[in-house]
Amino acid sequence: MKVKTVKDQSKNFLTALNEAVDGKYCLRLYVTGTTPRSVRAITNIKRICETHLKGNYTLEVVDIYQQPVLAKGEQIIAAPTLIKQLPLPLRRFIGDMTDSNRILLGLDLRPINNSDDKNGNGR
Amino acid sequence: MKTKPIKAQKLRPLEKISSGISGLDEITGGGLPKGRPTLVCGNAGCGKTLMAMEFLVRGATDHNEPGVFMSFEENEEELTRNVASLGFDLDALSAKKKIVLDHVRIERSEIEETGEYDLEGLFIRLNYAIESIGAKRVVLDTIEGLFAGLPNHSILRSELRRLFRWLKDKGMSAIITAERGDGLLTRHGLEEYVADCVILLDHRVNEQLSTRRLRVVKYRGSVHGTNEYPFLISKDGFSVLPVTSMGLDHPASSERISSGVERLDTMLGGKGFFRGSSILVSGTAGTGKSSIAAAFVDAAARRGERALYFAFEESQNQILRNMKSISLDLEPWVKKGLLQFHASRPSLCGLEMHLLNIYDAVKKFKPSVVVMDPVTNLISVGTEIEVRSMLTRLIDFFKTEQVTAVFPSLTSGDTSISSPSEVGIASLMDVWVLLRNIESAGERNRGLYILKARGMEHSNQIREVILSNHGIGLVDVYAGPESVLTGSARIEQAGREKADIDRRKALMERREREIARERGVIAAQVAVLNAGLEAKIDEFNQEITDETLLDQVNAKSRVNLAANRQADVEPKIKATNGHNRVEAVRK
Repeated sequence: MKVKTVKDQSKNFLTALNEAVDGKYCLRLYVTGTTPRSVRAITNIKRICETHLKGNYTLEVVDIYQQPVLAKGEQIIAAPTLIKQLPLPLRRFIGDMTDSNRILLGLDLRPINNSDDKNGNGR
Repeated sequence: MKTKPIKAQKLRPLEKISSGISGLDEITGGGLPKGRPTLVCGNAGCGKTLMAMEFLVRGATDHNEPGVFMSFEENEEELTRNVASLGFDLDALSAKKKIVLDHVRIERSEIEETGEYDLEGLFIRLNYAIESIGAKRVVLDTIEGLFAGLPNHSILRSELRRLFRWLKDKGMSAIITAERGDGLLTRHGLEEYVADCVILLDHRVNEQLSTRRLRVVKYRGSVHGTNEYPFLISKDGFSVLPVTSMGLDHPASSERISSGVERLDTMLGGKGFFRGSSILVSGTAGTGKSSIAAAFVDAAARRGERALYFAFEESQNQILRNMKSISLDLEPWVKKGLLQFHASRPSLCGLEMHLLNIYDAVKKFKPSVVVMDPVTNLISVGTEIEVRSMLTRLIDFFKTEQVTAVFPSLTSGDTSISSPSEVGIASLMDVWVLLRNIESAGERNRGLYILKARGMEHSNQIREVILSNHGIGLVDVYAGPESVLTGSARIEQAGREKADIDRRKALMERREREIARERGVIAAQVAVLNAGLEAKIDEFNQEITDETLLDQVNAKSRVNLAANRQADVEPKIKATNGHNRVEAVRK
């Protein structure tokens, strides 16, 4: 893997900044064919996006059986894997997306349940 | 009851593929199982990755079996750089589509588990890599990386089980490396899944010297060496040194070669050592061990054979200079390429490294004679058992290669014939030449005897070694009724004996002269007596003549008288009477 140059990184940062201003989510879901788990993941993520990010996201579903090169390029190990490319930071969600709480947390869409507990008190 | 014999040709034994690692194939009886996964486990820094990499690279270069290296720890660039020191050019191999490197990066902090999943992504990646080059070999290094990155271990376990099954179904000969765990072979109990062949690597430090060891813990469907074998990672890669694989079936030559010291050959039945035998030359400091070794090397070079000299105490130049003092000029042989020196301190590296260096040097130079001077210095590197096992391997190796080896061995203390460690070595040797300081009458001399010489007659006598600028000489000592005399005592004794002989010789000569003189005297006396006798005989003859004349005169006068008297009968004359008497005397 090539190390990204500083220029690239700053460019990414700028784009990310712009995107973040737009608040647009860029998601990519990698699945393996039409296994029940894949289907479940697709429906789950679609539901979450439609509920919480309506009109503010792009979701791309990739079948890595058909594009195995991407598995290496994107460092995919588990399936299904959802990658949140934007807004930064990059995050990976593995599993069939049934744990919507975790996804929402990871997408920074829902504050941690007890906002008082933010500082880690009482844990 | 008759049982049907099992038809051997129908049974197909487990197929094996060469691991490409020297020595490992010997232990495992042919290599790693073909089309099956092998688990290599060990602590950090014991060489798992290198072993796996060598397996792949050798497969790709020597056996035309391309391979996939899936790394969970180092990235492609790091791997390439790390193994470049072993001479593996991964870039070139990748370009030739012989090897695919795939770095799997798992960031725990980026990953969120959101339900059920599997590792199909990994399978697809692996499959893609395998198919892109038609790989036959696969390495997964280190599988622990997955456990660190993915929180759900139960999924991981079942997926790994599936992965190994899948690799087996695809007919991949795989190496999976894993960290060693507490009380377990691997930290996550992987040996339960990948159980066809398990190899354990170990890195131990003993007395500040590290030794790497390898053990085949398990090998389904195959016999294998069960011992711990030392192994090395050197500039030529990974090598295991099996000791038991070398059977005691080396050839035994009956050719004899000269020891380089004439009298020593004489002591050994007049012909010297057997070719391919091991010779221990032991003695305390300064007894001439190295000199005898050098003479042997010199003799070999004179015959046009190659010799290899491993020096653990002196440098090459020092040896060359020192041997010149006993008129052994080894330098021309070095220049001609018949003699090679390998000088190193024993503490430079561990025993195994030494052993490997020796193997390497012998394999490359192909000498017929080897000297290890002094072999006892190696004891400082390892324990006695280790040294002994190393020497056993070394001697076996030399014998297989038909190399005649001389092991000068330093003994401490001069009272005992040998130290215990030496006895351990001695049983491995074919010939044992013992050099000893003999101290008497205020001087020290070197004595040599042959304690043992397998398969040849040898002298039981002590000889004195004389090192001079004429070379090495062995002379008979004076073995008198009281003690053995050497050095000036011997010379003195020899002088005394010579004086004795001289004195007796002079005595005999004088006696001879006396007798000769006496004979002269007696002869003179005989001559005088003879002369006297002659004189007497002459006198007697004269008397007879006179008497005869007288007789005749008398007879004549008697005749005349008778005529005068006119006698009728002539008187008888006996003239011969006197003459007859003379004859009798002469007789």
